[in-house]
Amino acid sequence: MGSTSSTLLKIPNVEVLMQETGFSPAHIIRLHDRFKALDKEGRGHLCPQDFGAIKELAMNPIGDRIIGAFFSPGKETVDFHTFVKILILAHFRPVDKNRPKEPNSPEPINSRSNKLKFAFQLYDQDQDGKISRDELLKVLQAMLGMQVTEEQLESIADRTIQEADLDRDDAISFEEFRKSLEKVNIDHKMSIRFLR
Amino acid sequence: MASSLYLCLLRAVFLVCFVNPLIQGLSGDANVVQNPHHELEENLTGLPIVTFKWHHVQTPYLVIIWVFVAGLAKLSVIELNHHVTSVIPESGLLIILGFILGGIVWGADKAQTFKLLPPTFFYYLLPQIILDASYFMPNKLFFSNLGAILIYAIFGTCWNAATVGLSLWGCYEAGAMGNLDIGLLQFLLFGSLIAAVDPVAVIAVFEEVHVNEVLFILVFGESLLNDGVTVVLYNVFDAFVALGGPKIDAAEIFKGIFSFVVVAFGGSFLGVVFAILLSLLTRCTKHIQIIEAGFVFVVGYLAYLTAEMLSLSAILSITFCGICCQKYVNANMDEKSVTTVRHAMKVLANGSETMIFVFLGVTAIDTEIWIWNTGFILLTLLFVFIYRIIGVFLLTWMLNKFRLVPIEVIDQVVMSYGGLRGAVAYGLAAMLDEDKIPEKNLMISTTLIVVYFTVILQGLTMKPLVQWLKVKRAAHSDLKLIEKLNNRAFDHILAAVEDICGRIGDNWWTRGWNRFEENYISWLLMKPKARRNRDYLFSIFHKLNLEDAVNYVSEGERQGSLGFIRSDEAANVDFKKQFGSEFTDVMPDIMVDMSNYELEIENFSATSIVKDTIPSVSLDIHGQDRKNAVDDINAHHLLQQHLYRSRKNHRHKYSRSHFSINQSEDEVQEIFQRTMRSRLESFKSAKMGVNPAKKITKHHKKELTHKMANGHPDGTGHLYGDEVDSAVGSETGAIRGTFMRDTYTVGAGIENPVFLPDMDSPTHSSLPWLMETEAVAPSQRAQRRLPWTPNRLRRLAPMRISTCSTDSFLMADLEEHEEQPQTDHEEIRPAFD
Repeated sequence: MGSTSSTLLKIPNVEVLMQETGFSPAHIIRLHDRFKALDKEGRGHLCPQDFGAIKELAMNPIGDRIIGAFFSPGKETVDFHTFVKILILAHFRPVDKNRPKEPNSPEPINSRSNKLKFAFQLYDQDQDGKISRDELLKVLQAMLGMQVTEEQLESIADRTIQEADLDRDDAISFEEFRKSLEKVNIDHKMSIRFLR
Repeated sequence: MASSLYLCLLRAVFLVCFVNPLIQGLSGDANVVQNPHHELEENLTGLPIVTFKWHHVQTPYLVIIWVFVAGLAKLSVIELNHHVTSVIPESGLLIILGFILGGIVWGADKAQTFKLLPPTFFYYLLPQIILDASYFMPNKLFFSNLGAILIYAIFGTCWNAATVGLSLWGCYEAGAMGNLDIGLLQFLLFGSLIAAVDPVAVIAVFEEVHVNEVLFILVFGESLLNDGVTVVLYNVFDAFVALGGPKIDAAEIFKGIFSFVVVAFGGSFLGVVFAILLSLLTRCTKHIQIIEAGFVFVVGYLAYLTAEMLSLSAILSITFCGICCQKYVNANMDEKSVTTVRHAMKVLANGSETMIFVFLGVTAIDTEIWIWNTGFILLTLLFVFIYRIIGVFLLTWMLNKFRLVPIEVIDQVVMSYGGLRGAVAYGLAAMLDEDKIPEKNLMISTTLIVVYFTVILQGLTMKPLVQWLKVKRAAHSDLKLIEKLNNRAFDHILAAVEDICGRIGDNWWTRGWNRFEENYISWLLMKPKARRNRDYLFSIFHKLNLEDAVNYVSEGERQGSLGFIRSDEAANVDFKKQFGSEFTDVMPDIMVDMSNYELEIENFSATSIVKDTIPSVSLDIHGQDRKNAVDDINAHHLLQQHLYRSRKNHRHKYSRSHFSINQSEDEVQEIFQRTMRSRLESFKSAKMGVNPAKKITKHHKKELTHKMANGHPDGTGHLYGDEVDSAVGSETGAIRGTFMRDTYTVGAGIENPVFLPDMDSPTHSSLPWLMETEAVAPSQRAQRRLPWTPNRLRRLAPMRISTCSTDSFLMADLEEHEEQPQTDHEEIRPAFD
């Protein structure tokens, strides 16, 4: 395990990162390897093109939105720390039941509400805190695509909004989003096994 | 309570008066059965008017009587005091009822006349239960837990078989059972037949408990698959027993393991092959829709029998046949056939489940099979119970290392407690060869005791246990589009994150499979028509909308009529709880949906028209035009005066292959000619300028919506006709007319030949419509559109393209002539000009 610690040392702020994300050293190293592999030119940060180079991701109907989620507005690059922590990867770590919950500790980054928030911001592209009909329609177009006609998509979007929309403003706020998905087991659905 | 008492009484009377004499008659003159003609010849002194020929019908009669009795048993169990049924599971009650029935038969015959024979069970009772279970298997859940299910089914069963067999043998060697003629191999054989959890019993009990879906699928899937495994194990050990202990060497054991693999996977593979066959078959059953539902059963049974013939696992074969074919079969077949299959499947499965439980009880009433050996029986019960628990916990402990969502301890307890044994075990025990296994009867009686113990006692305590442990129950929630939508989004997100992490995970496989399935398998196994528009999210949407529409109509009917639809407020009040004030906006979508799907767009070249027109047509239903009720009344009057009621002519009320019949060329001709004549008359009268144009425009619209309403299955739709958007121009009206004709397939109500203009053209003459309530209006258009200009005629182009002859009322004078659709407007135009 000597190599483990030596690799870990190369990553800046690794202890902080581990504490914040709850990843084990093995995870961090694996992710770092991946990060380096994506960062072909070795700049130490990733830009949207690097993500675009992942073939499968390009075929993902909402892939560009997920790439977009890595880049906070105005920023063109993402370093490893952000890659792991602030953005999504940590969201997908399954919730750890055995970990003792420290009182007064901040909400873990993979909590239900954070997972939901991540999904929500994929819809909410203009970041006004609401999913409007148009925003929903765009996601639907991406996901359903050719199999359904435009009108059918619109009716689906209308109905979806109606289901969730409590204050009748024809848009879904985060609170409404959370409520409508109350019965869905987000912890199971938004978790990836190997990040455990 | 009273009804249940009554039923019990009825059944008892039935049994005493009816069955017993029959049985006595049967057992009394058993020799006559051998020689049925003997009696007849003797008595032939004169021409008998009525003869009693019991032996002619004996076998089918007894079978059907037992089916009937089982049905009555189920009925009485269900109707029994609800306090009893809520405590004791239905399966247990049925077994107890079987005891009683068996007792009655035994009391009459002083011997066991009826019992469950293995061939009956394996060939006639079991297949439909397995087929039902697999055909309705929630596939996504099943396949996402397939790993765990397989581990439980294969290793769990082997573990149970081995440990129970070995432990019993150990106890026997230690002298716990006294003197028995059983060797190690026989013990292992017994262990293998008692090892499997029984799907029939498990489903019967777990269905009433409503545990969470993962737990259910684990228990259910395991019970389904391990039946196959246990039969295979049984066969292997049976062969070993036949071979005899000394001849078994390493090679034989290796062959045994190999045959286990071949039989299990070969059976599964065969099932998949038959599933493909069935899917392909349903692709081309368009013209024999009435029997296509039967193919599902026939091919499923064929899969079972073929596997049995090839000595592969028949249960696994039919299981995988059902699991794999369901999606494609449901997509390929007509919606009615799908419903038929669902219901027939349930009838068969439920019926044979009842039969099985009743006969498990009946079988027990026999003095021959009962051999008591306290040590053997009690130890078997103990080991079966204990090793199930150990096995489940051991395997779960290993599984949980890999599972994203670990199986909780409570779930494990329920899983181990849910290890119910059932009829499969009994069937296998009854199949044992007495020559090779001298203690066969002991094994049968032990098996029966294990079955009764698990089904009745564990079934009885299952519910309290689940409640006491606070097992996560199945959260019953309404279907929500947003949940499904987000599930889809989550799948994509997870796949994307896996890509970013560069790991091949579950989602990668799922996605890869989906893509492969979509591109190749669906292409091969699905009708092109079914492939279109079969997006899952959309089908959910469609289903929700249909539900809403049904609710909407039934709500209206509850209030007496659909009249409330006319007023916005009423509708909103009724549905506020569900949809809020947006409801009226939803309805058009529902309408779009229904007209799109219920009516089955046959002519896909017209799709563009469909897209353009339906939404607006539907919107019209709730359109703005609600104020002029007076107009409506006028319109109704006018319509009633002019509607033509065809002679009610129910030609064939019965057809073996069609539901909607009663159509004939003559009738079509008659209506056509009469309509044309009346249109000519109205045309002539209109020339005098009788009717104000505005009102007629309205009628025209009304007819349109009448037509549309015909598509509604309940036939109440024509009430919508009152809310028609009068602002829509005549051109769209014409286009709509075209669309309506294209999509119109079945319905009852008012037909207007104006909008079915080509009804006598040979290509469309087979359009089925019902004549009962039919009446034909003379063309209002004839009155309205005067005089025809070429310009206007051209605006009606869509109708003409589709070989219609809307305005050819002049042709009515030509009577018998078949129209020449391509040229008729060319001829008419000069006439107008």
